[in-house]
Amino acid sequence: MSTDVTSVPPSRYVPGPLARVGASIGFWAYQYRRTWRGTVVSSVLTPVLFLAAMGVGLGALVDDGGRLDNDYLIFLAPGLLAATAMQTGVFESMYPVMGAIKWVRTYHAMLATPLGVGDILLGHLLWVVFRVTSTAAVYLAVIALFGAAPSLTALLALPAATLCGMAFAAPIFAFSAGYESPSGFAALERFVIVPMFLFSGTFFPVSQLPEVLQWVAYATPLYHGVELCRALVGGTQTALDAVGHIGYLLLWVAGGVLAAFFFFRRRLEATG
Amino acid sequence: MPVPVANVETVPAASSGPPLVHARRLTKRFGDFTAVDGIDVDVARGEAFGFLGPNGAGKSSTMRMIGCVSPPTEGTLRILGLDPRTDGPAIRARLGVVPQQDTLDTELSVRENLLIYGRYFGMSRAAVRAKAEELLDFVQLSDRAKDKVEPLSGGMKRRLTIARSLVNDPEMLLLDEPTTGLDPQARHSLWDRLFRLKQRGVTLVLTTHYMDEAEQLCDRLVVMDKGRFAAEGSPRELIATYSTREVLELRFGPDADNNVYADKVHGLVNRVEVLPDRLLLYTDDGDGTAAAVYDRGLRPASTLVRRSTLEDVFLRLTGRTLVD
Amino acid sequence: MTQTIGSATPSSGRNSGTLLARIVPLPGTSARRAGLMVERNVLVYRRAWVLIVSGFFEPLFYLLSIGIGIGALVGTVTVDGMVLDYTVFVAPGLLASSAMNGAVYDSTFNIFFKLKYAKTYDAILSTPMSPGDVAAGEICWALIRGLIYSTTFLGVMLALGLVASPWAILVLPAAVLIGFAFGAVGMAATTYMRGWQDFEFVQLIVLPMFLFATTFFPLSTYPSALQAVVVCTPLYHGVELIRALTTGLVDGSLVVHIGYLVVMGLIGLRIAAGRLEKLLLT
Repeated sequence: MSTDVTSVPPSRYVPGPLARVGASIGFWAYQYRRTWRGTVVSSVLTPVLFLAAMGVGLGALVDDGGRLDNDYLIFLAPGLLAATAMQTGVFESMYPVMGAIKWVRTYHAMLATPLGVGDILLGHLLWVVFRVTSTAAVYLAVIALFGAAPSLTALLALPAATLCGMAFAAPIFAFSAGYESPSGFAALERFVIVPMFLFSGTFFPVSQLPEVLQWVAYATPLYHGVELCRALVGGTQTALDAVGHIGYLLLWVAGGVLAAFFFFRRRLEATG
Repeated sequence: MPVPVANVETVPAASSGPPLVHARRLTKRFGDFTAVDGIDVDVARGEAFGFLGPNGAGKSSTMRMIGCVSPPTEGTLRILGLDPRTDGPAIRARLGVVPQQDTLDTELSVRENLLIYGRYFGMSRAAVRAKAEELLDFVQLSDRAKDKVEPLSGGMKRRLTIARSLVNDPEMLLLDEPTTGLDPQARHSLWDRLFRLKQRGVTLVLTTHYMDEAEQLCDRLVVMDKGRFAAEGSPRELIATYSTREVLELRFGPDADNNVYADKVHGLVNRVEVLPDRLLLYTDDGDGTAAAVYDRGLRPASTLVRRSTLEDVFLRLTGRTLVD
Repeated sequence: MTQTIGSATPSSGRNSGTLLARIVPLPGTSARRAGLMVERNVLVYRRAWVLIVSGFFEPLFYLLSIGIGIGALVGTVTVDGMVLDYTVFVAPGLLASSAMNGAVYDSTFNIFFKLKYAKTYDAILSTPMSPGDVAAGEICWALIRGLIYSTTFLGVMLALGLVASPWAILVLPAAVLIGFAFGAVGMAATTYMRGWQDFEFVQLIVLPMFLFATTFFPLSTYPSALQAVVVCTPLYHGVELIRALTTGLVDGSLVVHIGYLVVMGLIGLRIAAGRLEKLLLT
């Protein structure tokens, strides 16, 4: 038991905004340091296996069909890059966010320190940026090893993939903070993410879809992420197209962050 | 203050038939660690028997062996006259078990927890439905029957676990720390339910590290420490044998060296215990001893005279307190 | 409370003589008691029926994507001299893979959660139920779920005109067999797992099989050395079994496929029951 509580230190350290966001990122990084080894094998092997099976194996059948201008591997690889960025963004924004609000209550613990809701949200989002970027970097390296990245502009596909991932992560942060129970995740996965993965130009050109569905595909962020990555990896990017894709993805990020901030405040400040 | 327990007419002559639990040299080892070290114990039908001890004393391991979910490493064990090694399912069919941590099925509702549990005992759906209503009433959860388990309070979950353990009309109820973590009101409510069961002739075997609980519920108990029995008897016998009628507790300031004060009260009583925060003086006349302390010019920050408890028995036997 | 002692004593003895019990002697297992484990799960899933129903859309999305997209790019595949539409070729592969995935998920993640966290089995084992009952019951339940899923999958295939043979009737028991083989082995593996990080290994086994066990392209695509490796994997036998039944390309190799899966499942079940006993009864 402490004996003397009357002598308060004369000055207390009050962290500035950068330090606060840094502390919020720091928490997730610290946690990741314990778990990353378990994921390292699969994060390298998964792209290798997918590219070998779908790009090379299935690719042999597609190339026999002769309906694509390019090798199927070259067509598919950047699509998988964008889709993987999406999946990482989605995955990192569902249970980790809901858990930090509801079960582990990490956010509540942070709120009891000088950190504010904005710091907490921004820190966690930046952490997801790191996760998406590192996953995409591994994927891009594997693509290069498969000889499926003919142009130097492929390096720019890395920030493009990150942007694509965050266009999903930010709105799903809002979704996870807005819902009370995780039962919505299964529906989100099954009725939104999986169909997008299958029909947004990753595996075959959107032009093969019926016209109505083509317009639906154009509306999805994944379509723009896939197109952007494909053009950058293949070296066929035009500035005008790029501006369009990037602008559209940024809209999703911005809208998502605003919505997430709204729901974070509602969930974290209302209950105190 | 604990409610006095009328444990006179409810204890049937503890000799009717063979003991429900019969253990000789019962031992449980996990690798190099000996959790239970060759204990001998008999529990008679209708008895309320307690294992009192701190965490890690071997209480739960003993209970798991009695519950036939943990095979003994060595020694003899007979439950209801049967051998757990060969008759596990037949024995378990006649036991009720309240584990230390609630193992309620969180995917089911309150009523469904009872329904499916009864089915595990081979009861018909109709029989178990009727039983479930009766038990929900008994533990005062009828109005929560349709709720999920998760949002229930700790006390409610515990009552539901007890209801669940009764679904098969067990001859013997095993309770592993039944009230740990509950608030005082919930504890008293549970004790009341257990006391009623005892009056109906159900044999109770329980573990606890609360002396008041052991005093409330047990006809007979063993004090367990490091896998062995340190003492055995009724609560009253144990207190009479190992302690005095009253205890005087003295607290000096937070920085006081209690060993110095122990020297200063030397000779006033036969036994003094020095704890980090206070001195315990064992005496038959607390007020008289307190006056004597003042006569020696000592001015403790607080003095308390209380009745002796099993806590004191435990301290005497092991040199340690039960609950840290 | 009047004591009705004995009302709850289990009526049946152990090993109540089912065929399964005679082939794989599981310690203290009765079909009736294993059935109670299924009853518990039905009680839970009565509320989750929406999730089960929505399982219908997953095969639909996949088959449409392949039909409209990749199928159109590939055109046809030649298997054993027979020219098949690519979608007709892939659909049975996906059905077999999803039977595997569902069984593996149920028997690893779900079981691990109940074993380590919910402590569901600890409560059950203080009743007359034995670890063998629990193991058999949980596998049965995984099979029932798998059957529901396979039935909807087959329904979607029929609706899309992807079934070419009356042999397809046997797809459902065949899918159950696949589920049994993978569920039993998955459960056995789960009893060895120390923490969630070990599930990484499950992915590392399941994913390559899903991608390479002739789900998406025929065995002839591989060089012969690799063909020998592929033929050894259990999913290959599952995929070939289902594909033979939906396309009607049925021959004697069916016996090999079935035998492989049966033996695999029985070994897994035996290990799982023994290990559960060790884990839970300590």
